[in-house]
Amino acid sequence: MIVAKRKPFDEIKSLIQGYKKILNVGCGTCVAVCLTGGEKEVSVLNAEIDMARKLANDPIVIDGFTIERQCDREYLAALDSKVDHYEALLSMACGAGIQFLAERYPHIPVLPAVDTTFIGVNQDVGWYEERCRSCSSCVLGWTGGICPVTMCAKGLYNGPCGGTNKGSCEIDSEQPCAWYMIYERLKKQNRLECIMKLAEPTEWANQVPRTLIQPGYKKPEKKA
Amino acid sequence: MKSGSNLEKILLAGHFAFTGELGPPRGSDADEVRKKAGYLKGIVDAVNITDNQTAVVRMSSWAASLIALQEGLEPNYQMVCRDRNRLAMQADILGAYALGIRNMLCLSGDHMKFGDHPNAKGVFDIDSMQLIQTVKRMRDEGKFLSGADIEHPPKIFIGAASNPFADPFEWRVHRLAKKIAAGVDFIQTQCIYNMEKFRKFIQMANDMGLTEKVYILAGVTPMKSVGMANYMKNKVPGMDVPDEIIKRLKGVEKGKVAEEGIKIACEQIEEFKSMRGVAGVHLMAIEWEHKVPEIAERAGMLPRPRVD
Repeated sequence: MIVAKRKPFDEIKSLIQGYKKILNVGCGTCVAVCLTGGEKEVSVLNAEIDMARKLANDPIVIDGFTIERQCDREYLAALDSKVDHYEALLSMACGAGIQFLAERYPHIPVLPAVDTTFIGVNQDVGWYEERCRSCSSCVLGWTGGICPVTMCAKGLYNGPCGGTNKGSCEIDSEQPCAWYMIYERLKKQNRLECIMKLAEPTEWANQVPRTLIQPGYKKPEKKA
Repeated sequence: MKSGSNLEKILLAGHFAFTGELGPPRGSDADEVRKKAGYLKGIVDAVNITDNQTAVVRMSSWAASLIALQEGLEPNYQMVCRDRNRLAMQADILGAYALGIRNMLCLSGDHMKFGDHPNAKGVFDIDSMQLIQTVKRMRDEGKFLSGADIEHPPKIFIGAASNPFADPFEWRVHRLAKKIAAGVDFIQTQCIYNMEKFRKFIQMANDMGLTEKVYILAGVTPMKSVGMANYMKNKVPGMDVPDEIIKRLKGVEKGKVAEEGIKIACEQIEEFKSMRGVAGVHLMAIEWEHKVPEIAERAGMLPRPRVD
């Protein structure tokens, strides 16, 4: 899932400064699962904002509305009849959702309440770890299912570097060395030959905005 | 001859090579480079010019390499993958060669986190292995990574690093083999303190026939103090400092520790001279360049051979 974390409260406060009526839009998918931007988090943030603005003698009307997915037009449509009652929209979705919201309502300022952080896994309640950089050229097939692009601090394709430290990364003893793990796993699987040969320079496919159209589908014709 | 560099000629002639290291200044004073170069001229076969080492901004390594060259000291131009993408790297290789640089050391680079700009964006477009391959392709095939032709291919003697002590130990020779497959001509190792482990590493490299395909220069850094030894042991990732070294340094009178450090280094160099598979020594006397002539003399590395 996409993991995000709430922005520092002061930053959110300064983003919405000057607005008197705001709708905070939550997202019921990834950011809800990682306890950052779902219905509950929208209510909590709204209560904090309401309180802070009251204390500052600058009251605000702040409503909340959480839709299933902000990255999907089908769900965004539920906002069409609401947004014009507000001076600005706050969004607790990931960066993709925030932009899709802003694109749908270009006449209204859309402000982020979260920092989108990574594509990750759920280690435990409230504990998430990054696993994928969406590089568009997956190497997991020959790296023992461990991503060096994400998990190696230098994103090396031919590691480990000389800084590997008893199984840890040189940047932090708490951070396992990705290439150490790759080596250990492939060794156990008797597949070390996977990393014996040189990995050629990557043809980076993530240097421009990417679009995916599945086979059998096509982009809708531009409306005249 | 691949490049015609002095280092290549020395190694090709079968002499025991001796290289040094020069860290560029954190400012723009060329005299600082000249001063350090002055200590090393005629003492080493080539000098490594470090590239923003420990991820701290310094005078660029190609510029300091040129100053060394003007001083009559052959540079071994270090390039790390942290700070440039493949366009900038290939451009700098062409420029370096055009201005007389003939040796290069291809490195990944220390992580930004260690340096003075810890939140800089690390590039790592290609890694050190792929950089070796890039320089080789430019030199031998006359082609850029894109496949396009180079009009006057740069003839560079290609170096890389090897850390025989990092884990997993048994993978180290395979990584060396990969660097050889990528096209490396010479290797300079991480500072060696654990001689037993190094002997094992070289033995493995000999057994795999690797030392016939690449020149290995053993890395030596004399300890200046007990504090330095402890720091190297505990704080520098991938460094292996056995307790005996620390014990030995602690065992001498105050004021004699640096002398003991030099003594250890000279003993190591003596052993490397006759170690099968070791083609020379890379002396990294960190901020101790002025001591290099003395260490070279005492280690019996002088005078340096001349090969035309």
